[in-house]
Amino acid sequence: MKRWKALLVDDEEEFVATLAERLRLRGIVVEVATDGQDALARLDEVDPRVVVLDIMMPGVGGLAVLRHIRENRPDVAVILLTGRGTTKEGMEGMRLGAFDFMMKPVRIEELIARMIEAVEKSRPEQPGGAE
Amino acid sequence: MRPSNGPRPIGGRWRRRPHLSNDSKSRLAAIGRRMLPFQAAGEEPGRYGVLRRNMTLLMILLTVVPLSLMAFINHREHRKALRAQTEAPMREILVRTRHSGEIFLAERRSAISFITSASTYEQLADQAELNRIFQVMKQEFGGFIDVGLIDASGVQVSYAGPFELVGKDYRDQEWFQEVLVRGTYVSDVFLGYRRYPHFVIAVRHLEPDGRSWIVRATVDTELFSGLIGSHGNVPGGDTFVVNRQGVLQTSSRHYGAVLERVPLDLKDAGLEPLITETVDRSGRPAFLGMAAFETVPFVLLYVEPRGTAWEPWYTLNNELFLVFIASIVVVFLVAYRLASSSVSRIEKSEENQRRALHEMEHGNKLASIGRLAAGVAHEINNPLAIIDQKAGLMMDLTENIPGFHLGPRFGELASSILNAVDRCRTITHRLLGFARRMDVEIRDIDVNDVLQEVLGFLEREALHRGVQIQLELDAELPAIASDRGQLQQVFLNILNNALEAMPEGGKVVIRSWRPDEEHVSVSIEDNGSGMSQETMKHLFEPFFTTKAPGYGTGLGLSITYGIIKKLGGEIQVDSELGKGTTFFVTLPMRASPEMGA
Repeated sequence: MKRWKALLVDDEEEFVATLAERLRLRGIVVEVATDGQDALARLDEVDPRVVVLDIMMPGVGGLAVLRHIRENRPDVAVILLTGRGTTKEGMEGMRLGAFDFMMKPVRIEELIARMIEAVEKSRPEQPGGAE
Repeated sequence: MRPSNGPRPIGGRWRRRPHLSNDSKSRLAAIGRRMLPFQAAGEEPGRYGVLRRNMTLLMILLTVVPLSLMAFINHREHRKALRAQTEAPMREILVRTRHSGEIFLAERRSAISFITSASTYEQLADQAELNRIFQVMKQEFGGFIDVGLIDASGVQVSYAGPFELVGKDYRDQEWFQEVLVRGTYVSDVFLGYRRYPHFVIAVRHLEPDGRSWIVRATVDTELFSGLIGSHGNVPGGDTFVVNRQGVLQTSSRHYGAVLERVPLDLKDAGLEPLITETVDRSGRPAFLGMAAFETVPFVLLYVEPRGTAWEPWYTLNNELFLVFIASIVVVFLVAYRLASSSVSRIEKSEENQRRALHEMEHGNKLASIGRLAAGVAHEINNPLAIIDQKAGLMMDLTENIPGFHLGPRFGELASSILNAVDRCRTITHRLLGFARRMDVEIRDIDVNDVLQEVLGFLEREALHRGVQIQLELDAELPAIASDRGQLQQVFLNILNNALEAMPEGGKVVIRSWRPDEEHVSVSIEDNGSGMSQETMKHLFEPFFTTKAPGYGTGLGLSITYGIIKKLGGEIQVDSELGKGTTFFVTLPMRASPEMGA
């Protein structure tokens, strides 16, 4: 199976760096962006199959990033992972085409399971979820 | 033990079934009293009592005062009119009677005067001539007893009458002095030598040559008495004459015979007839009319008992008084009833208001506690996620370093950090009502089905605890539009609580029924440990738990409350320590569509 990449986007560096390290330990190729702008700038360069995206971020927020990805890269699955999001924002994210909405703190096994699921369900030849 | 109809929730939008047994009713009342948190706060006793009393008094005052005033004025005016009506004829009688009396006296005086002037001294001194004149007087006027001539020195010269008085000397007598000065004299009635009541009229004659003599006649009182008494013969009426000392000059029907003294106050008597009120001899109220004579120092009195004239007035007065008393009684009753019913209405409406306010406050309180809790949960989630990842990484790392002698120890430590984080996660996620499925699904669901499903999850647990579950479901229950998943959580939470309240077995009764066209109700009753009033007060607050630390988040019923409110329903609880708890859930036929966070 071809190796796929994940992009973690979160302004909480302590969190995202550690999460990235742990995912790498589990053999997942991970890149990290610490704000929305950075994520969008590096989207094509990193070319991830799945983006794990925080909602509340300074500058370009998670939902804006999600909207951009759904419009420009419908082949990329997005999992919303947030500590401060409300269910309202979660629902909004789902409506915009996020693959899933998860709340911090999340069990790493669960996250990985959802990432794999997302990758499998959103192959480039059959993009799913977008309206 | 269970009443035939089962307990029913009180208040809110729930309608009671009409056919409740007395037992159920008293139980309902007990539920109403114990039902928390919507129990109205106790009120200061007596406040409504004071209001009721004040209202009653005010109403009585407002009605009784004008009524009494009217009755009083009516009484007075009526009396005044009646008195005027009584007085007018009395005055007339007085004037007429006095006039007759005056004429009687004037006639006699004129007669004597005439005799005195028309005859010479010699004629009068002639006994035969005097006898002749006396006969004429008796014939023409009546009432004369005797007549005599007295010379200027006061000696009786001649006399015609039944006594032997010639030669009698009157010089030192008072009347003689008076007649010398004034010319005429009318005496009071007296007995005198004659030993029966009479009075004296004396007239002096003065010749141009300076000679003078006096003719003195005695008049019988009887004729005068008869004349005076013949007036005013109203039943019980009495006319008589007294002198200024109150001694009877004519006989009275009620005050005695001539020369007796009457106990009446005469000092106000004048020419103008005066009517006063008094009591007559027999103690009955009477009117007393008095008028003084012009020419003699006599007073005419007329006594008329009040009873005869005023009988109808008294009857009317008594009847009016009865009506007045009856009105007062009616006013009292009506005022009291009105005040009572007004006050109980006020009391009721205030009670309702207080209840509504209390309910609203409680709802607001729960909502703000919920918001606060959610805010805290949000803030904690991020640092918690960092701890989670750091500890996770520590665990990963210790597993990956072979031969590190502290590895297992560190792994253990990291693992317990992760366990603690897990507990925190459970709390924050539940606080936020987090569920993977974000959209609430409103579908037509059968509440009985949902209950059965939830029981499916709990069957083993119930069996394990030795709890018997009894279902009394209304098979006719209509489907309602609501969220199946959320309702599952609601019933699961309540049933979990019920099972936990019965560690040594017991019985859970689940009922469903239709309180009205718009709602479906479910009650879950256990006979477990029950709750104190204090516990019930905080039952739906987040983090309120009676379990040991670490065994419950205290969020179950808070979430349950939130869900029921979201679905447009009501939840209430009735509990008694040591007897058990009943939860009542009422759901609308259609859940409200707005499903906020």
